[in-house]
Amino acid sequence: MSQGPILELRGINKSFGPVQVLHDVAFSAYPGEVTALVGDNGAGKSTLVKCIGGIHPIDSGEYFFEGERVHVSGPRDAAALGVEIVYQDLALCDNLDIVQNMFLGRERRSGLVLDEDTMEEMAAKTLAGLSVRTVKSLRQHVSSLSGGQRQTVAIAKAVLWNSKVVILDEPTAALGVAQTAQVLELVRRLADKGLAVVLISHNMNDVFAVSDRIAALYLGRMAAQVKASEVTHAQIVELITSGRSGELGLKNGNGAAS
Amino acid sequence: MTTETLPKQENAESALGVHVKGYLERVKGGELGALPAVFGLVILCVVFSVLRPAFLSAVNFANLFTQGAAVAVIAMGLIFVLLLGEIDLSAGFASGVCAAVLAVLLTLQGWPWYLAVLAAMVTGALIGLVLGSLVAKLGIPSFVVTLAAFLAFQGVVLLLVKDGTNISIRDETILAIANKNVPPVAGWVALVVGVAAYAAIQFLQARRRAARGLVATPIAVIAARVVTLAVVAGVAVYVLNLERSRNAAIVSLKGVPIVVPLIVILLIVWTFVLRRTAYGRHIYAVGGNAEAARRAGINVDRIRISAFVICSFMASIGGIIAASRANSVDPNTGGSNVLLFAVGAAVIGGTSLFGGKGRALDALLGGAVVAVIENGMGLMGYSAGVKFVVTGSVLLLAAGVDALSRKRAAATGRR
Repeated sequence: MSQGPILELRGINKSFGPVQVLHDVAFSAYPGEVTALVGDNGAGKSTLVKCIGGIHPIDSGEYFFEGERVHVSGPRDAAALGVEIVYQDLALCDNLDIVQNMFLGRERRSGLVLDEDTMEEMAAKTLAGLSVRTVKSLRQHVSSLSGGQRQTVAIAKAVLWNSKVVILDEPTAALGVAQTAQVLELVRRLADKGLAVVLISHNMNDVFAVSDRIAALYLGRMAAQVKASEVTHAQIVELITSGRSGELGLKNGNGAAS
Repeated sequence: MTTETLPKQENAESALGVHVKGYLERVKGGELGALPAVFGLVILCVVFSVLRPAFLSAVNFANLFTQGAAVAVIAMGLIFVLLLGEIDLSAGFASGVCAAVLAVLLTLQGWPWYLAVLAAMVTGALIGLVLGSLVAKLGIPSFVVTLAAFLAFQGVVLLLVKDGTNISIRDETILAIANKNVPPVAGWVALVVGVAAYAAIQFLQARRRAARGLVATPIAVIAARVVTLAVVAGVAVYVLNLERSRNAAIVSLKGVPIVVPLIVILLIVWTFVLRRTAYGRHIYAVGGNAEAARRAGINVDRIRISAFVICSFMASIGGIIAASRANSVDPNTGGSNVLLFAVGAAVIGGTSLFGGKGRALDALLGGAVVAVIENGMGLMGYSAGVKFVVTGSVLLLAAGVDALSRKRAAATGRR
């Protein structure tokens, strides 16, 4: 906890044409912690994540990584820093197997030929490191995997590259109870391995089950970023729906929409 | 992971069992692969041999290869486009255009054969570049682009061969492709070397994987594959090396047609590209999920364009083979049923029209089915009309099997 944030954003503004989506947003993610990013639909969660991932350039504001000010102008910059995003649709190719998916676009080769053996070993090591025991064979097609296993593969793909920050966009939205538990366990293990994990979720049970910190967005403003142990379920719901809760939140919650 | 979930090679029997079980599970789950084509081929061959013993003669066997060669080569190129979930309806007439370019340069302009062949191939690649760019960069559906090209190329062939005359080809080298044979001894040597190389590659790969603690193909499975290849190719070479001439004293006719090693080389090259290179992997990725491929940093447009280039390039080779076989190029070269036979060959062989699934070998298996139908029905004395109806039905059947196996795969969670 004494460590500073690995990823820190200050005063981020982002507009799409006349619509300002993010107002002066500050956000930090800490190594070894799960930071939940919550907010109602349209609060700006996805935009914020895409700004972090370099998909949308920010209009103004500061982006710090490991204490250094950096400029992220594309997804490759973010990947080079060690920021990986697992999107809700997972972006897996059903017709390829687990190893092929994990290395897609970054295949290992020896000369002209793909180095399948090294890739398979690295994939096995990564999955073992995440204590994943649910897949039968690394050479099975992703199409034959369950929703939870797919999510696991997508997360493992993000972790494979020694990433430091992993952002998960609603990883449990489409999963059943048992699979949700599996994925949340995996999320927790990622943080325990020292990664900074950002979890976007609508499900308060999931948020409180794994997060160390909670950041609530309200109409494009950061209502509050608090430790999960210091707030209640009800307070977070209030922050999401009205932007304030007691002393927490925006000073002028209702005026935030301007 | 390795110890807990991946069964190690502790004894060959259990590894073999796992391998066989995995295969059966995949088939049940809707991944039929080459099974329908192989079954269809066996059934067709048995039926035709029973009804018309001439079907089994060495002469006819050699005919099958030269008849099916152009279609199989075009189909091999088409597979790249089909893998992306696109279609190239112009591949047939693209081969006609390339054949016409070859004939004009060779016969009318008197170019040497190698330059004429090069020009035909470059023409093919350029056609693919234009088609691919229109599809990838402008975003016109490939169906429309290639339908337009289908019409336009038909016109180009007509223009090149001056309204309906036909240009005969007299160059010995070009004519040899479909009409001359490899010396019988060379056929046997190539067979032995080929099978030995295949066995060595498979075996070394398995041993390397086992040494690194990865799941390797069991030796028994490798042996079965090698034996199958040796038997099938061995019988083919043996039959093709029989004397086919009616009067061997005057002119001897035996050996593997030159077009066969040509196709085998193309098969090996494209199989290597698809299975062992990053480029091939990216083709499958774009066909499976273009958005995922894009996010993985793959240049999707470039992959699309390159697939069309390969398709039209292979069509140019198909055109050269067709010109060689017909000894001439006329406005119908690459026309009528060539394209549909090529698409049919790819689909019958197991390539999916929905993209993401297919192998270079499919073109050969499917091409063999198409060639056997065409040849066998011809021997039975059926008219062209009946042949078209039957081939059309087989294509529909293959597309139906494709769609059904896809549905089944979706139902068993394997889509």
